[in-house]
Amino acid sequence: MRHFLAIFAIVAAISAAGLVTGSPALAVEPDEVLADPVLEARARELSKVLRCVVCQNQSIDDSNADIARDMRLIVRERLVAGDTDDQTVAYMVARYGDYVLLRPPFQPNTMALWVGPPFMAMIIATLALLFFRMYQRERVASGSPEPLTPTDRAQLDALVDKLAAEPRRPRRQSGLRAELEQPFGSTGSGGNGSDNPAT
Amino acid sequence: MIAEIGQFALLLALIIAAAQVVVPMVGAARTDATLMAFGSRMAVAQAALLAAAFAALTYGFVVSDFSVSVVFQNSHSLKPMLYKVSGVWGNHEGSMLMWVLILAIFGAAVAVFGRNLPPTLKARVLSVQAMIGVAFLAFIVFTSNPFMRLDPAPFDGTGLNPLLQDPGLAFHPPLLYLGYVGFSMAFSFAVAALIEGRVDAAWGRWVRPWTLAAWVFLTGGIALGSWWAYYELGWGGWWFWDPVENASFMPWLFGTALLHSSIVVEKRDSLKSWTILLAILTFSMSLLGTFLVRSGVLTSVHAFASDPARGIFILIILLVTVGGALSLFAWRAPTIRGGGLFAPVSREGALVLNNLLLTLACATVLLGTLYPLILEAASGGASRVSVGPPYFNATFAPIMVPLVAAIAIGPLLAWKRGNLKAATVKLRIAGVAAGGAIVITFIAVPGGPILAPFAMGLAAWLAAGAMVEWGSRIKLFSAPVAESWRRLTGLPRAASGMTVAHLGLAIMIAGITGASAWRTELITTLAIGESAQAQNYSLTLQAVENGRGPNYNFERGTFLLTDRDGDTLLMYPERRFFPVAGQTTTEAAIKTTLLADLYAVIGESRSAQDAGQKWTVRFFINPMVPWLWLGAFVMVGGGLLSLSDRRHRVGAPRRKQRPVPGVSGAPAPAE
Repeated sequence: MRHFLAIFAIVAAISAAGLVTGSPALAVEPDEVLADPVLEARARELSKVLRCVVCQNQSIDDSNADIARDMRLIVRERLVAGDTDDQTVAYMVARYGDYVLLRPPFQPNTMALWVGPPFMAMIIATLALLFFRMYQRERVASGSPEPLTPTDRAQLDALVDKLAAEPRRPRRQSGLRAELEQPFGSTGSGGNGSDNPAT
Repeated sequence: MIAEIGQFALLLALIIAAAQVVVPMVGAARTDATLMAFGSRMAVAQAALLAAAFAALTYGFVVSDFSVSVVFQNSHSLKPMLYKVSGVWGNHEGSMLMWVLILAIFGAAVAVFGRNLPPTLKARVLSVQAMIGVAFLAFIVFTSNPFMRLDPAPFDGTGLNPLLQDPGLAFHPPLLYLGYVGFSMAFSFAVAALIEGRVDAAWGRWVRPWTLAAWVFLTGGIALGSWWAYYELGWGGWWFWDPVENASFMPWLFGTALLHSSIVVEKRDSLKSWTILLAILTFSMSLLGTFLVRSGVLTSVHAFASDPARGIFILIILLVTVGGALSLFAWRAPTIRGGGLFAPVSREGALVLNNLLLTLACATVLLGTLYPLILEAASGGASRVSVGPPYFNATFAPIMVPLVAAIAIGPLLAWKRGNLKAATVKLRIAGVAAGGAIVITFIAVPGGPILAPFAMGLAAWLAAGAMVEWGSRIKLFSAPVAESWRRLTGLPRAASGMTVAHLGLAIMIAGITGASAWRTELITTLAIGESAQAQNYSLTLQAVENGRGPNYNFERGTFLLTDRDGDTLLMYPERRFFPVAGQTTTEAAIKTTLLADLYAVIGESRSAQDAGQKWTVRFFINPMVPWLWLGAFVMVGGGLLSLSDRRHRVGAPRRKQRPVPGVSGAPAPAE
């Protein structure tokens, strides 16, 4: 979909440069086609990965600009002269620079481009794994009530200590203490329940 | 005079939008019902004023008022009426006016239809929506005024680009903008919820229909643009990974993720922070797209640098909006309490996978789109690379394959904790269908890429998987017919919509595969009476005639297409020359059959010494291409079906306070 706005920008850019001569995107002309169908098929495949250097993101296979036609003819010349696909592409890069490659080469200034997607995939996989681990831990913990936050724990400890410091009700204190401690004892969390509820 | 009224309405809309930012927000903070209600009225007034401004500009185009600069530059008195009207948004200023108009319409829709919203949330949503409105209205008023006059007025206009004079393209931008800008609703709801400090299942229920509506429009808009490129550009290409296409595709990817994660918020009260973040990111992509398309940065980084007023303005809007929203998110998100727990293998888990893969896909497209710009800007123009279709195909497809494979499984998993094994058993039929499709494709279509049959298998897997899920919902074959019928009629439309949309995706994948893998083309020259062969077809040029259209001259070929069985078909491709613009366009002749498009184009003629006049002829057999558009159409249909679900429209009931997660032993009912 070279949509509306693209066309707008493209036509503005190209017509400003005085490059539009014919109809849009009628690229390969019959007189360019090589007699040998195998060579021609190779030429077409190569044309799809080479950029028309004056166009906005068009391959020379799609573009009807004069320079795209010239570039297509050069590709065919090289192929007829016996170059391999790689040699032909290398020839074009030597002439027009890396810019001509629609599939950017893997080199220092494009490293991020190629490493980026797998790297992001790894981050996402790691996040998914972390989530999985977290789930497993929470599932184990979910058999008991929600673990206390450190603040709750501190408050509770303070409360218990305060009650423990009251000498007049020793029996009630021990009972309360036992009662308060009971749920945490069941998870085996002891003194610092919230930090390690699972084990 | 009319243009001045438009100008006045535009300025008034800016002032009202500014008031709409402040008044409802203050009202919500003080819980002052009067101030909050005022926001709704301003939203409606703002939309009405912008509609008036838009009507004024349209009037200028309709009556060909060339004293208005935009009309002069983009219209011509001889143009057909449809293209005079579509010329309104066929230029920078007019399209930005349409952008804010749609933004205001969405705002007004919340004001009018959002009666069941909590008043404070509604007021804040309207305020946030108006913030975006103020930014873009200021952009229009200060850098892109559509009502600029010319004095003296020219006698005639310079015409609209002939490529844009096409019915498909006349409606493409409005649809696209409805989608693009429609995601502003999700954004405003997200920011309002962050300010409010409350995100619950009800919030998810309000956001879902707005997101769905925007998604439907965007899907339709992208498909329409793609279809237009296919038939108008004259060689059957339909997707180019062009930065401008990516600009609309990135919001689509995030929007699709948002659509799915908001289901989890609604049904399970979970994934809330993530959904808020997605809502912000989706609209950020819309803004980024606006920046890329409207700043001129794509044409050339240097062109952008030499006339940066518009670009810098949108860039500032982009940075402030996104930066502000993300800061707010970082500040408030920790206060959002997560809801129900769920196992990795569960409906929620599958939706998380959907979200992760779509996010990865979007990030990849973003990287590929921005990388050349950033590299060129960073190196001062010394280092330039191209990132084209080979890059995107190599990175995008590997992300999509697992996603599509998982789509069949996800809906079969129960909420909270699913049973992968049971789902796989149910999907045996889908596995058989996939295997069958692979084998049949191998046998039926020899040659072509080795991966193509597997892609067809993937499409069959998805289609069959969607049907299996649908069948298991209505207990097809496993219950009496009457019971299945009762379940079918009782099936929520949102559920049927999902099945339909997933089927649409399957159809589209088959179309993409066929169109990319097995195309046949014939490029040759023919004199009148000559024939050429392509596959099973023989193409004969019978005649070429010249004529005049409303604002162009044409050369029309008559082709006789004969297939192996002797059946014949006449095709009439045209070449049109538009004298005003000095441009030529092609009108391909397309014959659509169930399995392929036959696509004929006539080119320039040359006089050869020996054979008289010969025309350049292009003939393509594009297999499966009709399925592409059909798939998109079905996806849109699925979205609309889901949107028509009554549950999206009735007031969201306030859920009872959930019990502490994990305490209640009862499993959540699988919907």
